[in-house]
Amino acid sequence: MHLAYPAVLSALLFCTGLYGVLARRNAILVLMSVELMLNAVNLNLVAFDVWLSRTAEETLHSGQALTLFTIAIAAAEIGIGLAIVLAVYRNRGTSDIDKLRDTAEGHEPEGADSDGDATAAEKAEATA
Amino acid sequence: MTTTTLAVLVPLLPFLGAAAGLLLGRTAPGFIRPLAVLPTLASLVLAAIVAVRQGGDEAVNAATELTPTGSIPIELALHIDGFAALVAVLVGLVASCVQIYSTGYLRDDPRYPSYAALVSLFTSAMLLVVYSGDLMVLLVGWEVMGICSYFLVGHYWETPEARAASIKAFLVTKLGDVPFLIGLFALATDAGSFRITKVLDAVAGGGLDHPTLIALLLLAGVAGKSAQFPLHTWLPDAMAGPTPVSALIHAATMVAAGVYFVARLLPVFEASQAAMVVLAVMAAVTMTGSALAALAQDDIKRVLAYSTIGQLGYMTGALAVGDRGAAVFHLLSHGAFKALLFLAAGVIIHAAGTNSLAAMSRMGHLRDRVPDAYWTMTVALLALAAIPPFSGFFSKESVLGAAEHVATGHTEHAPGAAGWLVLVAGLLTALLTAAYATRLWLLAFYGQGAEAPDHGRQPLTMNVVLWVLAVPSLAVGGLAYRVLPDWFDGRDLTPTLTTSVVGTGVALVGGIVTYAAWRHTTALAARVPLGAVAAHPEGDAALVEAEAIASHEPAYGDIAYAPDPADPGRLLLGPLHRHAAVGFHLDAVYSALFVRPVQAAATLVRFLDREVVETYVRGAGATPRALGWAVRRAQTGNVQTYVSALLAGTVVLVVAAVLVATGA
Repeated sequence: MHLAYPAVLSALLFCTGLYGVLARRNAILVLMSVELMLNAVNLNLVAFDVWLSRTAEETLHSGQALTLFTIAIAAAEIGIGLAIVLAVYRNRGTSDIDKLRDTAEGHEPEGADSDGDATAAEKAEATA
Repeated sequence: MTTTTLAVLVPLLPFLGAAAGLLLGRTAPGFIRPLAVLPTLASLVLAAIVAVRQGGDEAVNAATELTPTGSIPIELALHIDGFAALVAVLVGLVASCVQIYSTGYLRDDPRYPSYAALVSLFTSAMLLVVYSGDLMVLLVGWEVMGICSYFLVGHYWETPEARAASIKAFLVTKLGDVPFLIGLFALATDAGSFRITKVLDAVAGGGLDHPTLIALLLLAGVAGKSAQFPLHTWLPDAMAGPTPVSALIHAATMVAAGVYFVARLLPVFEASQAAMVVLAVMAAVTMTGSALAALAQDDIKRVLAYSTIGQLGYMTGALAVGDRGAAVFHLLSHGAFKALLFLAAGVIIHAAGTNSLAAMSRMGHLRDRVPDAYWTMTVALLALAAIPPFSGFFSKESVLGAAEHVATGHTEHAPGAAGWLVLVAGLLTALLTAAYATRLWLLAFYGQGAEAPDHGRQPLTMNVVLWVLAVPSLAVGGLAYRVLPDWFDGRDLTPTLTTSVVGTGVALVGGIVTYAAWRHTTALAARVPLGAVAAHPEGDAALVEAEAIASHEPAYGDIAYAPDPADPGRLLLGPLHRHAAVGFHLDAVYSALFVRPVQAAATLVRFLDREVVETYVRGAGATPRALGWAVRRAQTGNVQTYVSALLAGTVVLVVAAVLVATGA
């Protein structure tokens, strides 16, 4: 198989993931998009490893080994990420990234958000 | 105990008394009075024993080197000759009298403990100066006296006069002390030692390379400390301190330190003819100018202050003609009678409730209220005016005799011009001295008008001291002039006939003319009412004096002057009176020459600091703040924006890297 197919596929996957990260508002979907990007990288690693090992005298298949690492780390990362999203949702009643702006300059800590009562109600519901 | 041990104890005891007084002032107020009086009395006794043992013989010398300095050694050294022994007795006597007097004078003063401790410390420093055989150790005592003077002049620091006077006294004497220090270094470099004996040996051997320079530098310090023209202006203002302080520091001891220093190192000054002429000019200007100023002062203590300056002028005059025996003789007799004058003035101020002669001249029977002060002050004023047989006569005639001796060319010690200068100025001053002494006496005791207020008798401690000091003013002069030459250089101190007759004659003329002027003007007194008295006349003397000083300027318009047409000084001085009252505008000259340039420079520095330096400092703070504000605007809190920016940056970098790699 020609190298161009997996490379183009991985580029498409990566761009899809990038679009997701930049454009989606739901934190879970953003995490899923990050997974897409990681997997695009994994695909690249495997493809190039195969491509390189064809010409090499002997090879350690380090690309494939690295892929295994990436998968493992990605699994851990998504676990932690989802846990954080869950905690945020329970705390705030939303996992909408646009609304998680606590680090903004001039941010008012509590109550200054637009939907104060609704948020408080959702929060109470979530913690219950 | 050996003489050396006793001599070491003399300055040490008041020092320990001062340290204990400062430590125990709050915790054990009952011990303060004994701690102030007893060490001083003990050191008086020890100084007397040292003087008897020394007896005018070979000088006692002892030295111990504390640590090697690497260059010219500094040693703890004693050098007790006849001068040192006798001056120490005078210091001990006056200091003891002042300490005893102060227990009555500052009876209810809340700051008495620190006051008494500072007086003790001052006494110790003066005794150190007197006994020290090493110029550096002498300088230590010299400077300690300066700082004690600063604190004691500012004792009534609630009044602005006292605050200003203490700062002025400190700064003006320091102005002299800086050249003095340089002069000491130059002297030690030339002589190879700070020891007085070695310095004198080097001078005798012609070992000084720059005698004129050294002598003039040292003279600056002497002029500052001994209140000689042109650095005398601090002394009249220093009268804002309590009267016992004026008596001790500003009449009998500290101001005498400069004269004593020159007397000790006279050969150094004699090595330079120019320095002797400068000394003579300084003395002549000082004594005539101060006597004129004394005739115009309204504050009784300022009259005495200017009189002190004048009498110190006599001493420097005697030194300028190379007769240190006469100088120290006058120092001793003047120390006694001037301390008496000040202490009696303190009693009068307390009794009258004012320090203004104009106000006193409108009080009847003031002399009946303070008979002890009246009689002792009469004695002291007669001594001041050099009327025989009081002590001032003999000492002043010895000065005039020495001047005449030089003027007629009998010695090679000093230039004849110096002799004439001192002689003429001395005789003129004798006339003026008698005039202002008479004026003081008449105005203070022979006032006419309402009865002086009666606050009961003065404290016993204050009156006894007056009589103790009256004895040397009355009697010592006549006895001493025969004995003293054995203690001093051996030069005769007997009054010569010519100067005695002329000197006493001009003094009598001065007194009689003033009396006539007073008879003429005193009728005016009733027509022009004047006077302001202290608000708390029944308080202790220190409180009355502080109030009198504070009220003089608001009541009469000036601290030194009162618009009193009944003042005989006004008639005698004529148009000169206005200038003499303000000390011949020397303060105004200094204000124009030094104070205003310094203030202008301070304004400039303040402008540079506030407007220029601080602008940079503020800029250093404000620029990062502004930059930080700009950068913080990018913090939207939206993670996706950050990632977009990251992506954009990455793309830019990649494009740049690709462009560089392909060489485009």
